[in-house]
This record gives sequence, C-alpha cells and structure tokens, in this order.
Amino acid sequence: MSDIDLKRRNFFKTSLGAAAIAIAPGILLFDTAHGKAQTVSGKVRWGMLIDTAQCREGCNDCVTACNRENGLPGATSATAVQWIRKVDIKNTTTGRQVSLPMMCQHCESPPCVDVCPTGASFKRVDGIVLVDRHLCIGCRYCMMACPYKARSFVHEPVSDQNPDVPRGKGTVESCTLCVHRIDNGMQPACAEACANKAILFGDLNDPDSEIARKIRAVASVQLRADLGLNTGVRYQGL
Amino acid sequence: MKTHPPMYFKNRLYYVLLAGGGLVALAGLYAVHLMEEHGHAITGMNNQIVWGLPHVFAIFMIVAASGVLNVASIGSVFGKALYKARAPLASLLSIAMLAGGLSVLMLDLGRPDRVIVAATNTNLTSVFAWNVVLYSGMFALVVLYLWTMMERRMNPWTKPAGLAVFAWRFILTTGTGLIFAFLTARQAYGSALLPPMFIVLSFAWGLAVFHIVQATLYVWNDKILDPVILQRKKNLLGVFVIGSLYMVAIYHLTNLYFAQQTGFERFILRDGGIYPNLFWWGYVLLGNLVPLALIYGPGLGRNRCVFAASALVVLGAFALLYVFIIGGQAYPLNIFPGYEASSSFGDGQVASYTPSLYEFLLGFGGLAIAFIVTTVSVRVLNFMPQDKHYITD
Repeated sequence: MSDIDLKRRNFFKTSLGAAAIAIAPGILLFDTAHGKAQTVSGKVRWGMLIDTAQCREGCNDCVTACNRENGLPGATSATAVQWIRKVDIKNTTTGRQVSLPMMCQHCESPPCVDVCPTGASFKRVDGIVLVDRHLCIGCRYCMMACPYKARSFVHEPVSDQNPDVPRGKGTVESCTLCVHRIDNGMQPACAEACANKAILFGDLNDPDSEIARKIRAVASVQLRADLGLNTGVRYQGL
Repeated sequence: MKTHPPMYFKNRLYYVLLAGGGLVALAGLYAVHLMEEHGHAITGMNNQIVWGLPHVFAIFMIVAASGVLNVASIGSVFGKALYKARAPLASLLSIAMLAGGLSVLMLDLGRPDRVIVAATNTNLTSVFAWNVVLYSGMFALVVLYLWTMMERRMNPWTKPAGLAVFAWRFILTTGTGLIFAFLTARQAYGSALLPPMFIVLSFAWGLAVFHIVQATLYVWNDKILDPVILQRKKNLLGVFVIGSLYMVAIYHLTNLYFAQQTGFERFILRDGGIYPNLFWWGYVLLGNLVPLALIYGPGLGRNRCVFAASALVVLGAFALLYVFIIGGQAYPLNIFPGYEASSSFGDGQVASYTPSLYEFLLGFGGLAIAFIVTTVSVRVLNFMPQDKHYITD
C-alpha cells in the first residue's frame, strides 16, 4: 500500500474520532435535557371525579397545593391568576349548599381549542387541554369561549417560576391537570392534597381503573352537560 | 400691514390638525408601551372582563370600515352616479378605519410582538384566524379598487373590483359577528342573529362616518353639497338607522322570550346600572331616536341636522358596543343552573369594570391613525366628490 493511501486512511480515522468526541457530549446533554422519551397514548383519557359530599366548605387545600406546585402567586384580586378555585353553591329553591373545586374541565370538544387563532390552545391525545406558551398571542378569545371561566390571563410580570411549569406575562393559562406530574406517574397536586379524597384522578378509558368503576357505580354529572362538550372532570352529589 | 395669501391659514390649520392627530396617536403608543411594561394589570380589564374599551373602539372601526363601503357599492355595483362620485372617498375611509381598528386590536394583545406567530400559525376552526385573512384581504382589495377608480386606464376594472369588495365586506362583517355568535356559553352571545345584525349596524355606522367626513370636506373646500344629494343620503341613513334598531330589538326580544335568558335581559335592560343607562339613553335615544327626528322631522334634515344626526349615530354605536361587549361579559356565566354561586373568582357575581386612561389613549390612538390616514390622503389626492349638475338616476 502506498504511503499516500496510508496517510489518507489515518486522516479519515482521526477525523471520525474527533467528530465523535465533539458530538457525543452534545447528544448526551440533549438526552438529559429531554428526560426520558415519552409517548402520550391516545388510549388513555385522563379525568377526575369530584365527590362534593367529601369537599368541605372553607377548605382550600387543593387550591394551595395547586398554587405551590405550579408556582402561582395565590392572590385573588380581579387580575390574579386562579387555576383552581373553590365555589360555594346554594340551590335557589331547596337551599341545599355544596362546596366544590372548579378548574379546567378538560373537555373532549374544548371551545377554547376551537377558537384559538394560532393553535396555542390544544388538546393532547390523552385528553389534557393545554396552552402552548410559545404560540399564545394573548388575544383572550379562549377566555371568552370557555363556559367554565377556567382560564386566566397573566396580567403582571411573573417571578419564582417552577421550571416544570413555564409561565409568561401576556399569555393565557389554566389548569394543566399537572401534566408534568402525570407524565412522571404521579397524580395532580390537588388530588394528592385533598385530605378527604374528594378528588379521584385516573384514566376514564380504562374500565378497570378506580375512576371508571366509580363512575359506573355512582351518579355523576358534567357541568353544563347541555353544551355537549364531554368534560373530563365529573361531579358527584350535585 | 402684512397680508397673507388666502390659503395661508388653512395650510396652517392643516398642519395643526395633523400634529394634533399625531400627538394622540403617539399617546396611544405610549399607553401600549406601558401596558407592555407592566402588563394588562394597569388597565381596567381583568380575568372577568377580558375584552374592554380597546375592543369597543376596534370593533366600531372595523364594522364602520365595512359599512362605509356601502356608498361605494351602490355606485360601482348598482351604477348610481351620485354614489359613484363618492366611492373613492368611501374606500379611503374604509382603509383608514380598518388600519385604525386593526392597530388597536393588535396592540391590545398580551403579546403584540408575536403578531408574526399569528400570521404563520393558523387554526382553521378559529374565526379569529379567518378574520386575519378577511381583514388583510379587505385591505388589499380596497386598495386595488381605489386604483381602478383613480387610474384612468384601470377604469374598466372598477365594476368587477367593486363587486369583489361588495362580496368581501359582507363576508368580513359576517366574520366579525361570528366572533360573538360562536361563543356557546355566554348569555349575551351565541346567537345566529349577530352576523346579520352586525351587517345592518355597519350600514348605519359607516354611512354616519361618511356623512361627517363628507360634510367636513365640503366646508373645508368652501363647497356646498347639492340639497338633492343630501336629501337622498339622509334618507338612506334614516333607513339604515331604523334597520339597525329593528335588528337590535329582535335580538333582545328573542332573548326575553327564553326563560333561561330573561335574567340576562333584566340585567342589560333594567337592573345592570350603567349598561341599561347606556343602552336606553345612549343607544336608543341619542343614537337612534334623536337622529331619526333630525333626519325626518318637519323643517329639519338640513346639512347641520344631518351632521348632528350622524355624530349621534356614531355616539350611539359606542354606547351599544360598550353594552354588548362589556355588559355581555359582566353578567355572570351560568355554570350551575338553579344555584347561587360565590367564589374568589367572581362566580355568580356581576363583574366590575372601570376603563383606565391607557385604554382610552389606545382607543383614541386608533381613531387618530384613521384620522391621519384620511387627512393626509384627502390633501395629497383628489377625493372630493365630483358631482354633475343633474342626477340621471
């Protein structure tokens, strides 16, 4: 073999080695940053069953847990964000009183997704309705469209953000069902925080899941069922 | 004594007016800057009233921008000479108000810097996304239409261009009405009546704006509008005002008939404080009945009366939009039918809203943009209607 051929071969070897050394840490970092590869399954439909009989008036544990988990300030002024709120209702004819938590109902046909001009409002295949903070232009049309007043506009600069829950002034946000926890096999913070276990979280599509069995067994309703949105959050005892 | 040529004071006045408009527009931009800096917390808008005064201004201008083209359509599509002479001015006003209205709408966004996101990401089910196409298309089409009218060689194309504009603006105002008609859950909206109602409202508001500008233009140029023309234009305004009052009445009547809606109607028409006041005194009386009296009243209907009637129609438009947009959001959502509700997020409560100075500045800034576009254009190009001495049609 000629001297030139050997030189060429060595040159290629060295170049390949150098390239591998240069790229490898990048690939490793990219992998680390991305976490484990996740595929969201369309076979799953995440939902909640809220037992209003177990929800105590005056208890705010779910709200506090949500604020802590998602880095929300927890204020209740007219311009403050509230992803979950406690609503006290009283039947106008019978006088029966009920207290319950309200949040994004994660509709199967979400009006917020229909009206969003940029597609920032979207529904994951597992039924979780989210806002892509990079696409939201802050037009608030989704807030006009939501029948549950579940969304908040960020009226002020944000600080102390949770790295898992990026937020931004001038965009709209709402309950994510703690998607970052669900993707790690955990429950939403509100469900975990409720001492009375009033919030049951699970897969509505799995017939053997606790939530599916309970929904079969007890009477539950969807809020504004007349709108035909097929909500992922159901209420028992209304 | 030094004497000035006759045009001296008028020239000065022109620049003073332009500077005034510029200052108002700048003040609007400054308000936007502050809203960007501190967030929308400094405005009167909140998580219950998410669309406020800027939307009242923007929707007025966009609806009127479509309606003013009626003058052009009657000329180009239906061939009426009286209106044909006014088509260029009507088109100019349409462009000017569209520019003003869209500026307000865009600058009120939470992230106006992301306007390119809106242009490059489209959700086909969103009527807002359709409107982005409709508004920019309208802008381009009206510019094209103006070109066919003002460039002699393009004149043969005026009729097809006018026809395209005619069709486009119907779809555009339908789109504006659909923004509200597509809202399923709010008592004030979600009615198929809204798009046609907006179309009829646009006729009245557009023509009122046209009358105001036309009258000013005639005074500025020391000309007198032919009384025959005034007579016909004022009658048309009268018909449009009656038509829009009819649509608004039907909208409220159908709501009153549905038991589930009577609470909302009681709020808007009787118990809601500022909203019923604005509706009855602002919209019905000042915006409709007084203008109708000024137009049809015996011994009335002269130039000044028509000018005043037009100004009142515009005032009434703002009153109606305030009631419709802000009152419609102030009434609580009926999430739990049959229950009284209370929460930290205003459930079951009438939402309160006090417009801030910044919103006024932004709204007037939009009007100023429309004013500047109009003022400069009528100065540099000939938009003065050229009437023949007789009317053939």
